[in-house]
Amino acid sequence: MGLCLCLSGWVHAQGAVVGEVAPAVRLPQLSGAGEVSLESLRGKVVYVDFWASWCGPCRVSFPILEKLQGELGPDGFEVLAINVDEVEADARQFLSDTPATYLVVRDGEGATPAAFGVMGMPTGYLIDRQGVVRIIHQGFRRSNEQALHNSIVELLGE
Amino acid sequence: MKYLTGLLLAVALCGCETVQPWERGILAKDEMQWQTNAMEAQLRNQIYTSKEASSGGAGAAGGGCGCN
Repeated sequence: MGLCLCLSGWVHAQGAVVGEVAPAVRLPQLSGAGEVSLESLRGKVVYVDFWASWCGPCRVSFPILEKLQGELGPDGFEVLAINVDEVEADARQFLSDTPATYLVVRDGEGATPAAFGVMGMPTGYLIDRQGVVRIIHQGFRRSNEQALHNSIVELLGE
Repeated sequence: MKYLTGLLLAVALCGCETVQPWERGILAKDEMQWQTNAMEAQLRNQIYTSKEASSGGAGAAGGGCGCN
Protein backbone atom coordinates (compact mmCIF):
# COMPACT_ATOMS: atom_id res chain seq x y z
CA MET A 1 0.00 0.00 0.00
CA GLY A 2 2.87 2.30 0.88
CA LEU A 3 4.24 1.62 -2.57
CA CYS A 4 0.86 2.46 -4.12
CA LEU A 5 0.73 5.76 -2.26
CA CYS A 6 4.29 6.54 -3.24
CA LEU A 7 3.54 5.77 -6.88
CA SER A 8 0.42 7.92 -6.96
CA GLY A 9 2.42 10.76 -5.38
CA TRP A 10 5.10 10.30 -7.98
CA VAL A 11 2.57 10.46 -10.81
CA HIS A 12 1.20 13.72 -9.45
CA ALA A 13 4.63 15.26 -9.17
CA GLN A 14 5.15 15.02 -12.93
CA GLY A 15 3.94 17.68 -15.32
CA ALA A 16 4.69 20.76 -17.33
CA VAL A 17 6.57 23.46 -15.44
CA VAL A 18 6.77 27.16 -16.25
CA GLY A 19 10.22 27.91 -17.65
CA GLU A 20 10.81 24.39 -18.94
CA VAL A 21 10.28 22.82 -22.35
CA ALA A 22 6.74 21.44 -22.73
CA PRO A 23 6.22 17.65 -22.86
CA ALA A 24 6.06 16.15 -26.34
CA VAL A 25 2.67 15.91 -28.03
CA ARG A 26 1.83 13.87 -31.11
CA LEU A 27 -1.85 13.19 -31.59
CA PRO A 28 -4.36 12.60 -34.39
CA GLN A 29 -6.65 15.43 -35.41
CA LEU A 30 -10.35 14.99 -34.73
CA SER A 31 -11.05 16.11 -38.28
CA GLY A 32 -9.11 13.08 -39.53
CA ALA A 33 -6.51 15.27 -41.23
CA GLY A 34 -3.56 13.38 -39.78
CA GLU A 35 -1.32 13.76 -36.76
CA VAL A 36 -0.05 16.99 -35.29
CA SER A 37 2.96 17.30 -33.05
CA LEU A 38 3.89 20.16 -30.77
CA GLU A 39 7.41 20.03 -32.21
CA SER A 40 6.06 20.81 -35.69
CA LEU A 41 4.71 24.08 -34.27
CA ARG A 42 8.12 25.12 -32.89
CA GLY A 43 8.79 28.74 -33.81
CA LYS A 44 5.19 29.68 -33.11
CA VAL A 45 3.52 30.80 -29.92
CA VAL A 46 1.19 27.92 -29.03
CA TYR A 47 -1.73 27.76 -26.63
CA VAL A 48 -2.20 24.10 -25.70
CA ASP A 49 -5.77 23.82 -24.44
CA PHE A 50 -7.00 20.68 -22.69
CA TRP A 51 -10.78 20.47 -23.07
CA ALA A 52 -13.72 18.10 -22.79
CA SER A 53 -17.33 18.22 -23.95
CA TRP A 54 -18.65 18.04 -20.38
CA CYS A 55 -16.62 21.03 -19.22
CA GLY A 56 -18.64 24.26 -19.01
CA PRO A 57 -15.78 26.77 -19.05
CA CYS A 58 -14.41 25.01 -22.17
CA ARG A 59 -17.57 26.08 -23.95
CA VAL A 60 -16.81 29.66 -22.95
CA SER A 61 -13.19 29.41 -24.09
CA PHE A 62 -13.83 28.15 -27.63
CA PRO A 63 -15.19 31.33 -29.26
CA ILE A 64 -12.52 33.38 -27.53
CA LEU A 65 -9.70 31.09 -28.67
CA GLU A 66 -11.22 31.14 -32.13
CA LYS A 67 -11.10 34.94 -32.10
CA LEU A 68 -7.50 35.01 -30.84
CA GLN A 69 -6.48 32.50 -33.50
CA GLY A 70 -8.09 34.62 -36.20
CA GLU A 71 -6.55 37.82 -34.94
CA LEU A 72 -3.05 36.68 -33.98
CA GLY A 73 -2.66 33.59 -36.20
CA PRO A 74 -0.99 35.57 -39.01
CA ASP A 75 1.65 36.78 -36.51
CA GLY A 76 2.57 33.20 -35.57
CA PHE A 77 0.04 32.17 -32.94
CA GLU A 78 -1.53 28.72 -32.94
CA VAL A 79 -4.13 27.09 -30.72
CA LEU A 80 -3.66 23.35 -30.19
CA ALA A 81 -6.80 22.08 -28.51
CA ILE A 82 -6.46 18.60 -27.01
CA ASN A 83 -9.73 16.78 -26.43
CA VAL A 84 -9.70 14.35 -23.51
CA ASP A 85 -13.25 12.98 -23.76
CA GLU A 86 -13.66 9.28 -23.02
CA VAL A 87 -16.26 9.04 -25.77
CA GLU A 88 -15.24 10.48 -29.11
CA ALA A 89 -18.85 11.07 -30.19
CA ASP A 90 -19.26 13.52 -27.27
CA ALA A 91 -16.35 15.56 -28.62
CA ARG A 92 -17.83 15.59 -32.12
CA GLN A 93 -21.21 16.70 -30.78
CA PHE A 94 -19.51 19.53 -28.88
CA LEU A 95 -17.64 20.64 -31.99
CA SER A 96 -20.80 20.66 -34.08
CA ASP A 97 -22.38 23.00 -31.49
CA THR A 98 -19.20 25.02 -30.89
CA PRO A 99 -17.20 24.99 -34.11
CA ALA A 100 -13.46 25.61 -34.08
CA THR A 101 -11.21 26.20 -37.08
CA TYR A 102 -7.98 25.83 -35.11
CA LEU A 103 -6.13 22.56 -34.54
CA VAL A 104 -8.17 20.07 -32.52
CA VAL A 105 -6.50 16.79 -31.64
CA ARG A 106 -7.67 13.96 -29.43
CA ASP A 107 -6.20 11.88 -26.63
CA GLY A 108 -8.79 9.44 -25.31
CA GLU A 109 -6.18 7.53 -23.27
CA GLY A 110 -5.20 10.42 -21.01
CA ALA A 111 -1.44 10.09 -21.57
CA THR A 112 -0.97 13.71 -22.67
CA PRO A 113 -2.90 15.37 -19.83
CA ALA A 114 -0.98 13.12 -17.43
CA ALA A 115 2.33 14.21 -18.98
CA PHE A 116 1.31 17.85 -18.59
CA GLY A 117 -0.01 17.29 -15.06
CA VAL A 118 -3.41 18.83 -15.80
CA MET A 119 -5.03 19.72 -12.47
CA GLY A 120 -8.43 20.88 -13.71
CA MET A 121 -10.49 21.40 -16.81
CA PRO A 122 -9.80 23.36 -18.86
CA THR A 123 -6.09 24.01 -18.47
CA GLY A 124 -4.16 26.06 -21.01
CA TYR A 125 -0.41 26.13 -21.50
CA LEU A 126 1.02 29.13 -23.30
CA ILE A 127 4.22 28.02 -24.98
CA ASP A 128 6.74 30.41 -26.52
CA ARG A 129 8.56 30.18 -29.86
CA GLN A 130 11.32 28.08 -28.25
CA GLY A 131 8.82 25.51 -26.96
CA VAL A 132 9.10 26.64 -23.34
CA VAL A 133 5.99 26.75 -21.14
CA ARG A 134 5.52 30.38 -20.05
CA ILE A 135 2.04 30.53 -18.54
CA ILE A 136 -0.24 27.83 -17.12
CA HIS A 137 -3.86 28.91 -17.06
CA GLN A 138 -6.48 26.89 -15.17
CA GLY A 139 -10.18 27.37 -15.77
CA PHE A 140 -11.59 29.90 -18.20
CA ARG A 141 -13.76 32.98 -17.89
CA ARG A 142 -14.83 35.52 -20.44
CA SER A 143 -12.86 38.14 -18.50
CA ASN A 144 -9.59 36.22 -19.11
CA GLU A 145 -9.58 37.19 -22.77
CA GLN A 146 -7.73 40.50 -22.49
CA ALA A 147 -4.96 39.17 -20.25
CA LEU A 148 -4.48 36.15 -22.51
CA HIS A 149 -4.40 38.40 -25.58
CA ASN A 150 -1.73 40.60 -23.96
CA SER A 151 0.39 37.60 -22.95
CA ILE A 152 0.28 36.17 -26.47
CA VAL A 153 1.20 39.52 -28.03
CA GLU A 154 4.09 39.82 -25.60
CA LEU A 155 5.42 36.35 -26.48
CA LEU A 156 4.95 37.01 -30.21
CA GLY A 157 7.14 40.09 -29.84
CA GLU A 158 10.05 38.24 -28.23
CA MET B 1 -5.17 -15.06 9.84
CA LYS B 2 -4.83 -11.52 11.18
CA TYR B 3 -1.84 -11.02 8.98
CA LEU B 4 -3.73 -12.30 5.96
CA THR B 5 -6.71 -9.99 6.65
CA GLY B 6 -4.35 -7.05 6.96
CA LEU B 7 -2.63 -7.97 3.75
CA LEU B 8 -5.95 -8.35 1.92
CA LEU B 9 -7.07 -4.94 3.20
CA ALA B 10 -3.84 -3.41 2.00
CA VAL B 11 -4.28 -5.01 -1.41
CA ALA B 12 -7.88 -3.75 -1.53
CA LEU B 13 -6.65 -0.23 -0.79
CA CYS B 14 -4.44 -0.45 -3.85
CA GLY B 15 -7.69 -0.61 -5.80
CA CYS B 16 -8.50 2.94 -4.67
CA GLU B 17 -7.97 5.08 -7.70
CA THR B 18 -7.85 8.84 -7.94
CA VAL B 19 -10.15 10.09 -10.67
CA GLN B 20 -8.07 12.43 -12.76
CA PRO B 21 -9.51 15.78 -13.86
CA TRP B 22 -9.72 14.58 -17.45
CA GLU B 23 -11.56 11.37 -16.51
CA ARG B 24 -14.75 12.97 -15.23
CA GLY B 25 -16.74 12.75 -18.43
CA ILE B 26 -18.86 9.79 -17.40
CA LEU B 27 -19.25 11.09 -13.83
CA ALA B 28 -20.54 14.37 -15.30
CA LYS B 29 -23.40 12.67 -17.13
CA ASP B 30 -26.97 13.32 -15.98
CA GLU B 31 -27.61 9.72 -14.99
CA MET B 32 -24.63 9.83 -12.62
CA GLN B 33 -26.00 12.74 -10.56
CA TRP B 34 -27.51 12.32 -7.08
CA GLN B 35 -30.30 14.60 -8.19
CA THR B 36 -31.46 14.83 -11.75
CA ASN B 37 -33.22 18.14 -11.27
CA ALA B 38 -31.51 20.80 -9.17
CA MET B 39 -34.65 22.95 -8.87
CA GLU B 40 -36.80 20.03 -7.71
CA ALA B 41 -34.11 18.94 -5.25
CA GLN B 42 -34.01 22.41 -3.74
CA LEU B 43 -37.79 22.54 -3.40
CA ARG B 44 -37.90 19.12 -1.76
CA ASN B 45 -35.12 20.15 0.56
CA GLN B 46 -36.98 23.32 1.53
CA ILE B 47 -40.13 21.34 2.37
CA TYR B 48 -38.13 18.68 4.20
CA THR B 49 -36.29 21.13 6.44
CA SER B 50 -39.49 23.05 7.26
CA LYS B 51 -41.57 19.93 8.03
CA GLU B 52 -38.80 18.51 10.16
CA ALA B 53 -38.57 21.86 11.96
CA SER B 54 -34.88 21.69 11.58
CA SER B 55 -32.34 23.21 9.36
CA GLY B 56 -28.68 23.17 8.74
CA GLY B 57 -26.49 20.59 7.20
CA ALA B 58 -28.12 21.12 3.84
CA GLY B 59 -27.40 24.82 3.60
CA ALA B 60 -30.97 26.09 4.01
CA ALA B 61 -31.75 28.76 6.59
CA GLY B 62 -34.76 28.97 8.92
CA GLY B 63 -37.26 26.31 9.88
CA GLY B 64 -40.95 25.75 10.59
CA CYS B 65 -42.93 27.94 8.24
CA GLY B 66 -41.30 26.88 5.02
CA CYS B 67 -41.40 30.50 3.89
CA ASN B 68 -37.68 31.27 3.85
